[in-house]
Amino acid sequence: MNNHTPDLKAAAIKGGVATDQRHDSAHKHVSGTAVYIDDMPEPAGTLHGCLGLADIAHGTITSMDLSAVRAAPGVVAVMTGADVPGENDISPTGRHDEPILTDTLVQFHGQPIFAVIAESREAARRACRLAKVEYEALPFVTDIGELDPLNDKLVTPPLTLKRGNAAEAIATAPRRLSGRMRIGGQDHFYLEGHIALAIPGEDQDVTVYSSTQHPSEVQHMVSYALGVPSHAVTVEIRRMGGGFGGKETQSNQFAAIAAIAAKKLNRAVKIRPDRDDDMTATGKRHDFLVDYEVGFDGEGNILGVDLVYAARCGFSSDLSGPVTDRALFHCDNAYFWPAVKAVSAPLYTNTVSNTAFRGFGGPQGMIGAERVIDEVAFATGKDPLEIRKLNFYGPNSDKNGDRNVTPYHQTVEDNIVHRIVAELEESADYARRRRQIAAFNANSRFIKRGLALTPVKFGISFTATHYNQAGALVHVYTDGSVHLNHGGTEMGQGLYVKVAQVVAEEFQIDIDQVKITATTTGKVPNTSATAASSGSDLNGMAAQNAARQIKDRLVDFAADKFQVAADQIVFLPNRVRIGNQEIAFADLVKMAYFARIQLSAAGFYKTPKIHWDRDKGEGHPFYYFAYGASCSEVSVDTLTGEYVVERTDILHETGRSLNRAIDLGQIEGGFIQGMGWLTTEELWWDDKGRLRTHAPSTYKIPLASDRPKIFNVTLADWPEAFEPTIHRSKAVGEPPFMLGMSVFHALSDAVASVADHRICPRLDAPATPERVLMAMERLKAEVAGVSKR
Amino acid sequence: MVETRSHIRFLLNGDEITLSDAKPDETLLDFLRLRRALRGSKEGCAEGDCGACTVLVGRLSGGDLVYESVNGCIRFLASLDGCHVVTVEHLNGEGGSLHPVQQAMVDFHGSQCGFCTPGFVMSLYALWMRTPEPSDAAIEKALQGNLCRCTGYEAIIRAARAISSYGKAANDPLAVERAAVTERLSVLRDGARVEIGTGKERLVIPADVDDLAEILITEPNATIVSGSTDVGLWVTKFMRDIAPAVFIGNLEGLRGISETDGVLSIGAGVSYTEAHAVLARHIPALGTLIDRIGGEQVRNMGTIGGNIANGSPIGDTPPPLIALGASITLRKGAERRTLPLEDFFIAYGKQDRAPGEFVEAVHVPLPGADVKFAAYKVTKRRDEDITSTLGAFRLELTSDGTVTAIRVAYGGMAATPKRAKAVEAALLGKPWTEATMEAALAAYAEDFTPLTDMRASAEYRALAGRNLLLRFFAETSGFAGPIQVSRNEAA
Repeated sequence: MNNHTPDLKAAAIKGGVATDQRHDSAHKHVSGTAVYIDDMPEPAGTLHGCLGLADIAHGTITSMDLSAVRAAPGVVAVMTGADVPGENDISPTGRHDEPILTDTLVQFHGQPIFAVIAESREAARRACRLAKVEYEALPFVTDIGELDPLNDKLVTPPLTLKRGNAAEAIATAPRRLSGRMRIGGQDHFYLEGHIALAIPGEDQDVTVYSSTQHPSEVQHMVSYALGVPSHAVTVEIRRMGGGFGGKETQSNQFAAIAAIAAKKLNRAVKIRPDRDDDMTATGKRHDFLVDYEVGFDGEGNILGVDLVYAARCGFSSDLSGPVTDRALFHCDNAYFWPAVKAVSAPLYTNTVSNTAFRGFGGPQGMIGAERVIDEVAFATGKDPLEIRKLNFYGPNSDKNGDRNVTPYHQTVEDNIVHRIVAELEESADYARRRRQIAAFNANSRFIKRGLALTPVKFGISFTATHYNQAGALVHVYTDGSVHLNHGGTEMGQGLYVKVAQVVAEEFQIDIDQVKITATTTGKVPNTSATAASSGSDLNGMAAQNAARQIKDRLVDFAADKFQVAADQIVFLPNRVRIGNQEIAFADLVKMAYFARIQLSAAGFYKTPKIHWDRDKGEGHPFYYFAYGASCSEVSVDTLTGEYVVERTDILHETGRSLNRAIDLGQIEGGFIQGMGWLTTEELWWDDKGRLRTHAPSTYKIPLASDRPKIFNVTLADWPEAFEPTIHRSKAVGEPPFMLGMSVFHALSDAVASVADHRICPRLDAPATPERVLMAMERLKAEVAGVSKR
Repeated sequence: MVETRSHIRFLLNGDEITLSDAKPDETLLDFLRLRRALRGSKEGCAEGDCGACTVLVGRLSGGDLVYESVNGCIRFLASLDGCHVVTVEHLNGEGGSLHPVQQAMVDFHGSQCGFCTPGFVMSLYALWMRTPEPSDAAIEKALQGNLCRCTGYEAIIRAARAISSYGKAANDPLAVERAAVTERLSVLRDGARVEIGTGKERLVIPADVDDLAEILITEPNATIVSGSTDVGLWVTKFMRDIAPAVFIGNLEGLRGISETDGVLSIGAGVSYTEAHAVLARHIPALGTLIDRIGGEQVRNMGTIGGNIANGSPIGDTPPPLIALGASITLRKGAERRTLPLEDFFIAYGKQDRAPGEFVEAVHVPLPGADVKFAAYKVTKRRDEDITSTLGAFRLELTSDGTVTAIRVAYGGMAATPKRAKAVEAALLGKPWTEATMEAALAAYAEDFTPLTDMRASAEYRALAGRNLLLRFFAETSGFAGPIQVSRNEAA
């Protein structure tokens, strides 16, 4: 593969679009030769940093004695906020509320207050513990349950979405109910923790290798922190060992401190926090409390919905504004709310500042919607699936056109949820199993089964419209090999290989001829985070654009040189037909070079059609929607709350997939991660405001043995993107995460069986065995109480 | 007088390594990554939970060469004296060709971000050598100690099922070179005591158990390191100094299992994996329980002796052993004493072990055919999780169903592993009926006042804990329907 010889007679190229091309680094992953930042050879004299973390949830530092830290073996420097030469702030939205190293005010337990730079990582870690810090304690709040969503302190302005008159619709509805749902947060648990390696250069220059989804932002933050222009800072990342949103903004802190120390000491500085510090000092998925009120009729038609989404944001805004906005954008999931009012409350708490995580508030928004559906189903005594189908958007006919408008006034134009759900209901044999489970439960004393089928409709695009742009850089070398670079980052999702497939397809050359190169701010500037499921859509288009520019030049050149019409020039696998002759791609390239044709191009793309007016709560924030559905069955132990997932069936769509193997991995992995969020992954703070689940020994992500015992995943083969996306494929990064909801609702269904499905279990998330058992106890007690009366 | 040397020796992939500067708290992973530039093995957690650091360690066990997966992040270098360390780099063939395990992982799209992948490859490698055609249950068990956050595991399982179609385990280099490596290791295992460093850098590897006893007389406050699944975290998480450290993992004299007059004696150095093989045969419930302690790597390293000696209130083996009426032998110098296991646990963090004394063996009276025994572990996540509550029950009934003997012990419910004596009293002499259970449930409050922490609330511990008695009753009274959820049988 190193010396690939293209087959000039091939009927098709290797690794074009719509092939199951393996991950570009798979062979390196399995052999341990894929280089992550901590695996790079260190420059001579590299120093290592460790952050000193506050051990109070809220308070003022009254004294900080770091003399023992400075005197510890191997320590080269100790830094505090005063040592930041530029701005001591890494707020990604310009709100100036997030110091790199806080000066006097501590706002969460674990907030970085100083940094130790030492000859070894071990020396830095040991020295960190020698600090003597005294505080004057201030009152703190960690749990948003103690706060008033409409009156307490917010970290960023809230959003209201409104369509119709929800209050009136609810008041005049035949039936109405209200309730509250608690939804837990989630740690990313990327296997590779945060890391930054800063290497000082001449002048003001510094190069930072940062495990980040957003190199441009790291570049900007480092330049602000150093007080130097962006041109002095280069940020590079070849691959992350997982990101999931946890490296969208959270890399900034480590990169900034490493860069400051590197410039100050003129030596390379690496900071790799241990797992506990990583989980303590970096943000997570937002916990939410959803207060809902719904008006409906006896059939289960929902007439009006009033929702308040209160989020634990932590001490600073970070991305909490867009995250809580996206929660509201998904307060409908796949359902048409005839009248709706939804309000966000991004609440200030004395906890680490919460951040992006796969779905970006969308999952919390959706599961609030699903709770509303469940409530109506229990209230009307119907199967929740029936209520779901009854309230879907559409169908897409003129007669029902008014059932397609979202709470943010965008019309759903590409709705395929009906067909997705109908096909899954059929393939999962829902109706028969529903009856089987009822029969089983009637005869089983200790074990109860539950079943649920839940849909996903997820909006694709950054809601910050300006983020929906991308750049790429493509070079064709004179031997016909291609160098590909773009602004997207690789965190395991297969972005690099998908974009390489696009470029291979464009030039009609084998993918082995395309070299995928590390993302760096020096090649493609002003990039957006690789986030919002946008990676392939944006960067694939930008790379295609770059390749087309070069191709167009080659066509013009060939048309001129061979005196044929441009339409007589066709790119065939590894060769080009020019009139009646075929020549190797590499040969044409070489000829073009000698004719002084530019063989390099910068490509660009911006998503069309989207706009959003946040003040009005109206617009077209999403280019399109991605759809899927899942059906899960669980068994629950009524003595302990322990459970297993017996079976899950998934039908998900990714348009005309660029790579079904990669997409399948995203769907399977997203589902399991979503299931983990709603089941065993529990963040727990103690009465001192300390996060006590900060390592895998205490924070439990799913294992292989937590997979559904039967797991049928199907990629719908019939959809293609409604919009002209890259080869009519659709985004797949985030949407499958929310397929995990079916497990949560199946657990809820099993819980409900102990009260004969007469009471909505109001199960909170995560549904740990404890929450499942306690919910069953509550229902049993309610039934007993009712029967006594 | 024993022979001594002042260096450790082991095989690393194909090379023989001699180190006279090993530190007592130096981990294998740091050694590989920092000193040998073998960076295929990763640090994901530094506490033996995620498996990104998984390597194989081959060791002689009764003359046989056994390769086991271990967590390099909490395995101390000194414990590898006389062993063969195999890292992911050893799998790579000539000219970049991939090993069957690796090729299967590539072809079935078993990696995404790739950071956990070398660890998965090594765990699957160990499985494949032992069981070339594994069941799905065997694959899941082999992967209990490996976390992947990207794939959802499905693709990895597909790869694992297919490995044998890529090559035969019998042709693997480790199989082919077995005799030669056995020979090399037996030369390295010269029976000498190893002593390296002084003060905070002092480590000792005793020549044998008698030598250990002698060393502990002169250095009674030494840290005894066996499987290092707990002591490893003292270093990686708390940066505690463990010197002088005495490494006992190699002592064959502590690794024996013998049966005499219906009592199984298990040496303090017997790993969970080794104990499982014997215990599961005699007491199936213990086999099932051990399968849920840590992951495979931790079970290959951790010992029942260590699980007892560290005195944790959430150790998983003390409650069932107490219920079974086990005793332990402690040794100091040449003196030995044996006491009931339940008496060893005095209070939180305090055990009946004098300076210089060490746990030598645990003795388990095997329950007869008429004894009913069960141990139930309740956790947030089914596998590789630490106990919220664990109940163990040993019951004898007369032919008419009256309780003649009952022992109930719990973990996670008090400051130590503890018997539920009020519950036992409520059951003893009573008919084994649902009505008796109801009365016994009320006695739990006398026995236990559990705490709330990140694993479970006090209320949940109390409720789920006492419900385990109902489960035990159902299982011992001919209840026909399903009583527990099961991973292994499809619904």
